[in-house]
Amino acid sequence: MDTFLWVIVPYICLTVFVVGHFWRYRYDKFGWTTRSSQLYEDRLLRWGSPLFHFGLLAVFLGHVMGLGVPKSWTEAVGVSEGLYHFLAVSVGAVAGFGTVVGMAILIYRRRTVGPVFSATTKMDKTMYAVLATVILLGLANTVFANIFAHYDYREGVSIWFRGIFRFQLHPELMAEAPITFQLHGLAAMLLFALWPFTRLVHVFSAPLGYLTRPYIVYRSRDTQLGTHRPRPGWDRTR
Amino acid sequence: MKVMAQMAMVMNLDKCIGCHTCSVTCKQAWTNRAGTEYVWFNNVETRPGQGYPRRYEDQEEWQGGWELNKRGRLKLKAGGRLKKLATIFSNPKMPSIQDYYEPWTYDYATLTDAPAQEHTPVARPKSLISGKDMKISWSSNWDDDLGGSAATAEHDPVLKKVGDKVKFEFEQTFMFYLPRICEHCLNPSCAASCPSGAIYKRTEDGIVLVDQDRCRGWRMCVSGCPYKKVYFNHRTGKAEKCTFCFPRVEVGLPTVCAETCVGRLRYIGLVLYDADRVLEAASVMPESALYEAQRSILLDPHDPEVMRAAERDGVPRDWIDAAQRSPVNALINTYKVALPLHPEYRTMPMVWYIPPLSPVVDVVRETGEDAEKRENLFAAIDVLRIPIEYLAELFTAGDVAPVDGVLRKLAAMRSYMRDINLGRDPDGAIPAAVGMGEEEMYDMYRLLALAKYDERYVIPPAHAEQAHDLEEVACSLDYEGGPGMGGSGPFGEGSGGTTPIAVENFRMLQDRQTSDTLASPDDKAARVNLLNWDGKGSPQGLFPPKADE
Repeated sequence: MDTFLWVIVPYICLTVFVVGHFWRYRYDKFGWTTRSSQLYEDRLLRWGSPLFHFGLLAVFLGHVMGLGVPKSWTEAVGVSEGLYHFLAVSVGAVAGFGTVVGMAILIYRRRTVGPVFSATTKMDKTMYAVLATVILLGLANTVFANIFAHYDYREGVSIWFRGIFRFQLHPELMAEAPITFQLHGLAAMLLFALWPFTRLVHVFSAPLGYLTRPYIVYRSRDTQLGTHRPRPGWDRTR
Repeated sequence: MKVMAQMAMVMNLDKCIGCHTCSVTCKQAWTNRAGTEYVWFNNVETRPGQGYPRRYEDQEEWQGGWELNKRGRLKLKAGGRLKKLATIFSNPKMPSIQDYYEPWTYDYATLTDAPAQEHTPVARPKSLISGKDMKISWSSNWDDDLGGSAATAEHDPVLKKVGDKVKFEFEQTFMFYLPRICEHCLNPSCAASCPSGAIYKRTEDGIVLVDQDRCRGWRMCVSGCPYKKVYFNHRTGKAEKCTFCFPRVEVGLPTVCAETCVGRLRYIGLVLYDADRVLEAASVMPESALYEAQRSILLDPHDPEVMRAAERDGVPRDWIDAAQRSPVNALINTYKVALPLHPEYRTMPMVWYIPPLSPVVDVVRETGEDAEKRENLFAAIDVLRIPIEYLAELFTAGDVAPVDGVLRKLAAMRSYMRDINLGRDPDGAIPAAVGMGEEEMYDMYRLLALAKYDERYVIPPAHAEQAHDLEEVACSLDYEGGPGMGGSGPFGEGSGGTTPIAVENFRMLQDRQTSDTLASPDDKAARVNLLNWDGKGSPQGLFPPKADE
């Protein structure tokens, strides 16, 4: 059972995540968008969206720190357990709180603003449910596990997580973790599996290239005119 | 010098009667889909008026276009790259649907479903955004023909610049129509604002397009364009804009708006410009110098040196020929009667306008004087400062001298041609008074008044020796899978592979002719819509269900 939950499920979900994105990009470039609803309403969005997104960015960086960086590394640069703990809890709580408040505003908006609600697909609703579960469990982990239970995830969950990518499997570490961590991990895996089939794909088109590209893009007319693909079998002459 | 070709348009505002045929045909061709109900690639505004979307010209509020920073360098008015990325989750300057208008249809079903009753049933307006009943309070041309302008025209940002004292005089004497499409700028701020780099300017003909496969719906182009001519399709989550009807232009046909223009007031042709000097010309100070700067980067296609450079830079020979015959080039550079719209936005717009003389003529005629006599018209141009200042705010960033010059030329042409038409001896002093020769004036008259289809539209076809594969010529329905393949993919509106435009139109027409729903979404309750009924069978819900069913 442990092997199934903490080895097979993660590999299936992460494979779906990778292959799914590849397939979606090939098949559905046109559907690859943020599906912004700002046109319908922007009073609530103005607060909810930045809170949620910036909060999530901070949360993501926190996960990179907590899951990606081994404990020995931070200790090597002189960050003591107490300092790390303080930073993780304080920054994590602030970011998590911002994310949850932003999410609450956005879900409230999505439900109550008529045009926004009618532009919501079934996939959106599923995704919202899973995402909200993951975030709430995560915030619960930060608050309860760190303050009350003192579970050191850097000696458990983190090693298990890095092991997935290094093919050094430690299902037993997850089996020992508190139940909220287990649920958070499983919900996150489910989210990864859903990811390529939802609007979340827009994460991967974060426009960082904008910082370096020239302002005006010139492009030659497509070699094909109209929308016909050139037929195979003969080349066009120039 | 780097020579590039640009497909450009000139509109002669004197001839515009505000019939909206261009808007309607454009909409029928391009934006009659769900998600683009409020989108008008072409719209016609009554001036003075607020325009569409409301007050879009107030750049202090909307922050569209470019401005110069303290060091005199060009920067986006809404902020540079970092600021764009920082505000990406909620664009602070994005117009909401209320700034455009909430599109609607009517609940025609109540007309046919209503039982026998004393009072005539009423078709109520239903919002196409929320599907609910709504009160119609604004639309894309709500202030058409100055309708309601006593209450709304004072919000016209251009009128504000001219000064409030003139308002009433203005309303009595001055009204004209301003048809607008995308300006296909040389220095497009929408493209510069696009974080994804999805908006591009085509190197061959300068048409500015949105790559629908690369657009990610960040919405920065909508706020970046000072003309508010990039629209957000709220069903697909992608930006859409006027395409200069590129599938038509590529095969040498004029755009739909130009083709169907009743007044034949649109001219389409090429101009050659020096791409190396665009930035320099867009950065000149003061703003009133921008019109001349913009004209100065357009190159003379008859100049052998320009021709040689054009050929070196890959402009095909027949395109250079077309640029020499271009009516647009003649109106902008030879006769100098066409002016750009709002050059102060520093985007180098490429749809030019011949300002209207008719308001001046109308004033002279109302006084009972001879409205075709040069002295009267010139005197009126001198006196009617307010309309001319208004035109200058539109076309030359407030500099009245060029507008003055154009109106004088038009007035001179009017009185010069009257002599000819009445069989009198033409008076050479009239063209001379505006610095033109008699022959030149007659040529200008020919171009403005008589030019036939192939003189108004000098459009060289695109260079791809593949004519039988062109979409608008070949039958596009033999596309893989054929028409009538399902609607949208599993990830919401419009997902899945791209669909050829012709196939999409075919499906849409089929859908419109057979669907019984209000705005065609499947989840909305079915209604009878006789407008879309093709006469075959009977629409669902037209008759109450039979007793045995």
